[in-house]
Amino acid sequence: MSRDSVTLTEAGPILFDLVAVIVREQGKLSEIDGQTGDGDHGVNMGKGFRMAGERLKAQGDFTLPQGFATLGDTLLSDIGGSMGPLYGTFFTDMAEVLDDTDVIDAPHVSAMLKAGLAAVQGLGEAKPGDKTLVDVIVPAMEGFDAAQAAGKSFAESLTAMKDAAGAGLEATRSMVAKVGRASRLGERSRGTLDAGAASCDMILSTLADGLITRLNA
Amino acid sequence: MNRIINDPEQVAEEALLGVVAAYPDILAATDNPRVLRAARQPKQGKVGIVTGGGSGHEPAFLGFVGPGLCDAVACGEIFASPTAKSFHAAFKAADFGAGVACLYGNYAGDNMNVKMAVKLAAKDGLTVRSVVANDDVASAPKAERDKRRGVAGEVMMWKSAGGLADEGGDLDQVIAVAQKAIDNTGSVGIGLSACTIPAAGKPNFTIAPGMMEVGIGHHGEPGVSVMPVKPARDMAALMLEHILADLSLGRDEDVAVLVSGLGATPVMELYLLYGHVDEMLRDRGLRIRHRFVGNYFTSLEMMGASITVTRLDGELDRLMALPAHSIGLTVLGS
Repeated sequence: MSRDSVTLTEAGPILFDLVAVIVREQGKLSEIDGQTGDGDHGVNMGKGFRMAGERLKAQGDFTLPQGFATLGDTLLSDIGGSMGPLYGTFFTDMAEVLDDTDVIDAPHVSAMLKAGLAAVQGLGEAKPGDKTLVDVIVPAMEGFDAAQAAGKSFAESLTAMKDAAGAGLEATRSMVAKVGRASRLGERSRGTLDAGAASCDMILSTLADGLITRLNA
Repeated sequence: MNRIINDPEQVAEEALLGVVAAYPDILAATDNPRVLRAARQPKQGKVGIVTGGGSGHEPAFLGFVGPGLCDAVACGEIFASPTAKSFHAAFKAADFGAGVACLYGNYAGDNMNVKMAVKLAAKDGLTVRSVVANDDVASAPKAERDKRRGVAGEVMMWKSAGGLADEGGDLDQVIAVAQKAIDNTGSVGIGLSACTIPAAGKPNFTIAPGMMEVGIGHHGEPGVSVMPVKPARDMAALMLEHILADLSLGRDEDVAVLVSGLGATPVMELYLLYGHVDEMLRDRGLRIRHRFVGNYFTSLEMMGASITVTRLDGELDRLMALPAHSIGLTVLGS
C-alpha cells in the first residue's frame, strides 16, 4: 500500500530530475521544433533548465515549491521568447499552491495543474486543440482528476496523469497550430508533434515518476 | 556557412557589445546587457519610448534609438522575444516622469513578455502603455488584423510617436499617434532565399532556386504565394497591389514609403526597386512626402525586400519631417 502524501522536503530533489530530462532531451526538442518552428526550443529550454540546476545546486536544501520558484524565476528572467514566460509562470504559480503546507497530496497536485494551466492560458490565450502545451496539461489534469474520482490511490492517479499527458502529446500530431509561431504554417503544421507539448509531457511525467517513487518507498 | 562569429550561442550578446563600442555618441549600455538606451538623455517630462524584439533584424530594433525616435530598447536572442525582465529594465531606462510608450511588433513571445513587464512596471508605479504593430498585410486577412505580424512599418510608428514625444505630447497623445501611424501602414515582403539562425546551423525553411515567396515573414513565415522570380517592376507591382488595396488608398493622398532590404540583397537593387515603386505610386495620383530606402528591418542573410506605405494626414506628415538621429534612421529636418 503506497502512502498518500510526500513531504515537500523529500520532493525537492525531483527538481534535479526535471533539469536532467530537459538537458538530456534538448536535441530531441529542437528537432521537433525545427519541423514547424525555428528549431530553438531545445536550445532555450536546455539553457534555462541548466542555469536553474546550477542555482539549485548552490541553494543546497530546498523544498519542492522553493525549487519550482527558482526554476520559474530563472526561466522568467533569463529565457526570452514565449517559453520563458509560459513555463516561468507555470512553475511559479504551481509553487504558490504549496505555500501553506509541508506535504504534497492528491488535492494539491490537482490544484497545481489547475494553477499551471491558468498561468499558461492567462498569458498565451491558447485553447485545447490549438497544438500547444495546453494540449498536454488539460488531459493530464483531467486524467488525474478522473482517477481520483474513481477512488484510485495518489500513486495510481499520478500514473493515470502520465498516461493522459503522453496521449495528449501524441494527439498534437494531427492538430493544426492555431497560436504561436507554428500557427504561421497553417496546414503545414499538421503531422508533427508540438515542441512545447513535448517538453511539457517530459516535465509532467518526470514529476509524476518522482512522486510515485517516493510514495512507494 | 561562412560567418563572422565566435560562439554561435553568443552572437546576439557579442553584437550588442560591438554596437555600443561603434556608436558611443548614439547608444549607451545599461546595467542589463540586453538593454541599451540613448546616449543623450532627453529632459525630464518627456514620454519615454521603448521598443524591443528579437535580434537578427538589424538595424532594427536597436538602430532606432536616439533623439526623435526611441529612448531604450530590449534585445532578445536571435528571432526570439526579449525577456520580461529586459523589457522592464528598458521601461525604467526610458522613465522621464511622463510614462512610457512601448511600441513593438505582434509576435506571441513579445506580447507575453511585454504584458508581464508592464505589470512589473506598474508595481514600481511606472505607467506603461503599448501599441502593437501589425502592418504585414500578407500575414492574415484584414478581418483578422489582430493576427498580423509587425514588420518594417514599425519604423513609421517609432518615427511618428518619437516626434510627438519630442514635441511634448503626453502619453495618451503619443499612444494615439503611434496607433494612428500603424493603422494607416501596410507592408509586404518578398523573400528570394532562406536564412539560418547561427545556433540552429541550418535554415528551417527553404525557397527553391529561381523562386520567390510573396508575403514572406521576417522569420521565414510562409507568404501568400510562391512563384518564379519576376523582374523588379513586377515585384513592385505585386507588393503594391496588396498594400494599396488593403489601405484603400485613393488618389490625391499623401504617403510615406519605405523600402527595406531583408539582409542579403544589394542596396543597389533596393534603389532600382524604389524607382519602380516611386513611379507606380505617382501614376496612381499619390503624393510621396517621405521616402526611406535601405536596410531598415532585415532577417539575417535573407535575400529580398519589403515595401511599406503609410497614409499621412497633416499630423503624421509633420511628425515624419521632424529631425531624428539614430543608427538606422537620420532625418535632418528643415
